[in-house]
Amino acid sequence: MRSLSYLLIGIFFGITMFKSEASSWFRIYEMFKFDAFHMYGIIGTAVIFGVIIVATIKRFRIKSFYGDPIEFTPKDKSLARYIIGGFIFGLGWGLSGACPGPMFTLTGAGYLPVLIVILGAVAGTWIYGLIKDRLPH
Amino acid sequence: MDWITQTWPWYVSGAAIAVSMLLLLLVGKNFGMSSNLRTLCTICGAGNSSEFFRFDWKEQRWNLIVVLGAVIGGFIAANYMTPDRAVDINPDTVAELKTLGFESAGAEYLPDELYGSGAWTDPKAIVLLALGGLLVGFGARYAGGCTSGHAISGLSNLQWPSLLAVIGFFAGGLVMIYLFYPIIFG
Repeated sequence: MRSLSYLLIGIFFGITMFKSEASSWFRIYEMFKFDAFHMYGIIGTAVIFGVIIVATIKRFRIKSFYGDPIEFTPKDKSLARYIIGGFIFGLGWGLSGACPGPMFTLTGAGYLPVLIVILGAVAGTWIYGLIKDRLPH
Repeated sequence: MDWITQTWPWYVSGAAIAVSMLLLLLVGKNFGMSSNLRTLCTICGAGNSSEFFRFDWKEQRWNLIVVLGAVIGGFIAANYMTPDRAVDINPDTVAELKTLGFESAGAEYLPDELYGSGAWTDPKAIVLLALGGLLVGFGARYAGGCTSGHAISGLSNLQWPSLLAVIGFFAGGLVMIYLFYPIIFG
């Protein structure tokens, strides 16, 4: 049952990624060119609702469907890793037009060359794991 | 039925992303896609090369199921909910993309030049896609999250580190498009 719930949430998310056009390379390019409000509207709306959701869960100590407390892990304090790591991510996002969610949505949509992007992303993650101790965090 | 077959407006799309995050929280999980890339490394045996990949990947099985759902969702949306896949971007953007050689701008969901079936035999497309993926994977893990983990989950939880990461995402994207695109595609 739990697996089914994860699958259904994933399907809903995948449909959202495609229908919002957040998976479209063209929308990402348009966003970085400041030529449309669309992507900013999507992220902004998601964050506004997200802030309300998280605050409500904390305020009323809402539990999960399975009765466990819902916990939020604070991100580690650091400057370098977020700025440098984020910057490198942004270079790749601008080039491939695909972040880690849409990559998989596009695979399902049949744009199979995106598999090259996924392979690259797995390789990039692997390289990070190999050299992470030598990077500023 | 128009609202299903048309592009979802930004406010519907944004709300739907927040609902995805809410549902995951309610089943006791956190919304973040790039950690799956690490799990895939572990499954492929990366644990032999770095301690970073030595963890019980079965604890992350739930997130791989979410990803499988995202693949199925993409299939459903593309094949049954989108009779016309053309993305209606700004005409100025279309004109500009055509000068960079992207003839499919305004007529397709993704540029043919990178994601069309011809990509498999185009060394430049293969290199660019692989490089783009490499930077995304490396950067996401270095920054500890991607658009879902930082821009959505992190900002929703008012995390300063996530704001820094999002600023980094945008800075990187702007440098790629304003500085490198004219060199790569010009």
